[in-house]
Amino acid sequence: MATPQTLVETALKATTSDECIVIASRTSSANLRWANSTLTTNGVMSGSHVSVISFVTTSGGVAVASVTRGLTAREQVKTLVSEADAAARAAGPADDAADLISGSEAADWDADPAATSIEVFEDLSRALGESFARATRDEQLLYGYAEHDVETTYLGSTTGLRLRHEQPSGFITVTGKPRDLSTSAWVGQATDDFSDVDVASLDAELVRRMGWAAHRVELDAGRYETLLPPTAVADLTIYAYWLASAREAHEGQTAYSNPAGGTRIGEQITKPGVHLRSDPGLAGIVTRPFVVTTGSTSTASVFDNGLAAPAASWIRDGKLVALMSSRHTAGLTGLDLATGIDNLVLEVDGAKGSVDDLVAGTDRGLLVTCLWYIRQVDPQSLLLTGLTRDGVYLVEGGEVTAAVNNFRFNESPLALLNRFTESGETVRSFSREWGDYFPRTMTPALRIPDFNMSSVSLAR
Amino acid sequence: MSARRVDDAFTELPLRRLADAALQRARDFAATHADFRLERVRLGRLSLRDARLVDASEEEDVGFGVRVIVDGTWGFAAGTNLKIDEVVRVTEQAIRVAQVAKAMTAEPVALADEPVHHDVSWVSSYEVDPFTVTTADKVSLLAGWSADLLAAKGVAHVGADVRQVLENKFYADLDGTTSTQQRVRVEPELTAYGADADAGLIESMRTIAPPAGRGWEYLDGVGYDWQSDLDALPDHLAAKLTARSVEAGRYDLVIHPSNLWLTIHESIGHATELDRALGYEANYAGTSFATIDKLGTLQYGSAALNIVGDRTMEHGLSTIGYDDDGVQTQSWDIIKEGILVGYQTDRRMAAMMGWPRSTGCAYADSPSHIPIQRMANVSLQPGADDISTDDLVAGVDRGIYIVGDNSWSIDMQRYNFQFTGQRFFEIRDGKLGPPLRDVAYQATTTEFWGSMEAVGGPGTWELGGSFNCGKAQPGQGAPVSHGAPSALFRDVRILNTNSEGGR
Repeated sequence: MATPQTLVETALKATTSDECIVIASRTSSANLRWANSTLTTNGVMSGSHVSVISFVTTSGGVAVASVTRGLTAREQVKTLVSEADAAARAAGPADDAADLISGSEAADWDADPAATSIEVFEDLSRALGESFARATRDEQLLYGYAEHDVETTYLGSTTGLRLRHEQPSGFITVTGKPRDLSTSAWVGQATDDFSDVDVASLDAELVRRMGWAAHRVELDAGRYETLLPPTAVADLTIYAYWLASAREAHEGQTAYSNPAGGTRIGEQITKPGVHLRSDPGLAGIVTRPFVVTTGSTSTASVFDNGLAAPAASWIRDGKLVALMSSRHTAGLTGLDLATGIDNLVLEVDGAKGSVDDLVAGTDRGLLVTCLWYIRQVDPQSLLLTGLTRDGVYLVEGGEVTAAVNNFRFNESPLALLNRFTESGETVRSFSREWGDYFPRTMTPALRIPDFNMSSVSLAR
Repeated sequence: MSARRVDDAFTELPLRRLADAALQRARDFAATHADFRLERVRLGRLSLRDARLVDASEEEDVGFGVRVIVDGTWGFAAGTNLKIDEVVRVTEQAIRVAQVAKAMTAEPVALADEPVHHDVSWVSSYEVDPFTVTTADKVSLLAGWSADLLAAKGVAHVGADVRQVLENKFYADLDGTTSTQQRVRVEPELTAYGADADAGLIESMRTIAPPAGRGWEYLDGVGYDWQSDLDALPDHLAAKLTARSVEAGRYDLVIHPSNLWLTIHESIGHATELDRALGYEANYAGTSFATIDKLGTLQYGSAALNIVGDRTMEHGLSTIGYDDDGVQTQSWDIIKEGILVGYQTDRRMAAMMGWPRSTGCAYADSPSHIPIQRMANVSLQPGADDISTDDLVAGVDRGIYIVGDNSWSIDMQRYNFQFTGQRFFEIRDGKLGPPLRDVAYQATTTEFWGSMEAVGGPGTWELGGSFNCGKAQPGQGAPVSHGAPSALFRDVRILNTNSEGGR
């Protein structure tokens, strides 16, 4: 099995195109999944993929082709290069053509790819066995999942780039139910290596929440003062970020569009004091600081591979200041270039305290654990629908007093960021709905004075 | 099944040699079950905006997975290096996974017995492998369609996307089942965008063509009338921009199959997955209100509700010859005259219930993922009589006709759902009227299907579907089709999405 560096160099040497970018990635992953307090599935997986992006100058401009294959040997990568070269020669000129990024060999280029194994769960597996025993004694059932991934990416180009990035990701989520399945509670945590995961304390939090459900109250649909913990705020904020594409906004397709033409850049779109940003170097949520893409989209171009992806502000002091773009779509829209980054931070000026502090300051309201099945209903207002799940609680006189039925909501994250009345401190969070794919978020808890619970959900 | 053979490029891989190595190693460790699955999955992406190519990239995954049951515990491992020593190492890894996971296993894993299928082969029904068509020809077709749309009044921008998949699966297990399979699917979508600056509105309108278990011939008009769908888009877009905003309230609905397939998928397809009913998805996709104690008694809907699960229908996205447990695929009743009578299962679920056979619904979306129970083509049966959509509309005094899917959301037990659509028309005194906008329908599953008064005849039946139904951890996608006739529902809650958003 050839090393990723060898595969990259072999491909760059073999290409007959004018320019070439090669991306070799090694993935290593392990997971455990359980339900009804017993293991259901598991796995350890490793993968090796190479993408060859060939560029050919024609009379009309630069033509490009991108072909990715799962492969491990030098002979295979040579075949792949000839396929990509031929496809580029048969393609027409690309609209997003631009000079390739040039560079040199990064200091860590020679380092081996990182790997994980099932042993990362050795302690966790034992601790979970103890949680299962505890749950059985308490007439409860546990359901959950733990995953650890490491992806190492090597990007080389005929213009001299030799970049490497190692991305660890991981998380654990646990759902608890009493044996009669009458209620449900959930806890979750993101981690890079599981050394900071304490199963006993996650289990204790689950026990606390299931204890809140000893008393149950049925409430009708309506507008409620609602406390959204950092998890639920991440659920909503990630959606708003994913739709923040410059081109779609410029072409009148999103909430960031000005219906009279152009984008809403410069407009006050949330309350003052609200900041939404991404920063690849931020401790705790470190992510890749350069562009890697095997196909062009509105927000990324294959010509931009290796381009630096610096920290970016999307909303500053309530004003929309940037939308995601490639060099090409930045040009099309007349906006400043802002590359997409795989992490997200929401901050509010003057915020302090935790979600527990928000609970303590609440006369009567709802505490929502997390949100689910969030989908856009109206692109123009970014109206989202979705549901509460696995724990809605009634807060009275500064304390949680009961569990409440679930609700369907219809709300826009932009409208919520205009209407919230109090914010907690920004902390490391894990989105229930999107965390499996977007685990690197930092968000605060928010108090919404009039959250729109559209109807009751019978789900328990 | 077509007369095609599985591609030589796949059958020339050392499939049996690698399988033998894995299965022998599993025997060495006294595995009570072991299967070896080698797959090649090719995905082509084609994306144009305003008739200009944005992306025509292609990716292919080749690799293998080994699944064992050792000492009553699952172990799964996957790799990409197609060498004997690597397959042996990955098999040992799967055994090691089972050993580590033993501490968490309370119930020993067993599988339902199934007939052994020696060296079977299956290829889906298609004419043109999309990966044999040149990018230039593909772009030319889509750029032409896009240019026609752009030339129409009121269309500001056009998006065109086609995803294409060629999937090969080789499966071998300790019992002696060996299958080699190939299937093809395509998902074309065109969307027209427009705005009304004076009214401050933006809108879009998408083709209602479903993804299909067909080859590139689908885009050349085999099995679908593209010209009618495309020609109608600009007028529908213009109509939506000037349409009256719906008044929230309760209405009768006539729903076209291009919208109803998704409601079937969410509120029946997922709710009758046995793994969900047994709680396996409680931490992620969710469970089901249709629990096992209700089998044979649950009044799921009206007597007009007849639902069949099927993985054998021609051009169905979930259709295949043998599933990823080595089980031959089937067709069976899920709801009969409104009563829940069946579930979708894999071999493990069937054994847990003490049922003699699996319904053949195991599927893994890649060689590196473990197979889990996934959805069959779950379809609403048409009525025996030749009832047209117009006949259904004729029975409505005050209602809405809904065409095309759009926004969708349903709760974790599959009770409370909310759907929008591509286009909506008022129904007054039995006749279709002007278009409406800002419509969403919201209901509880059993109440909604209980309100289904009538279904259209076979002439109204169409096959819809999705390329990417999501489930499980780690997340896996799955393609699935859903057939439906037009259907009439009484007294359903309609929301105005503008007022829901506080506007």
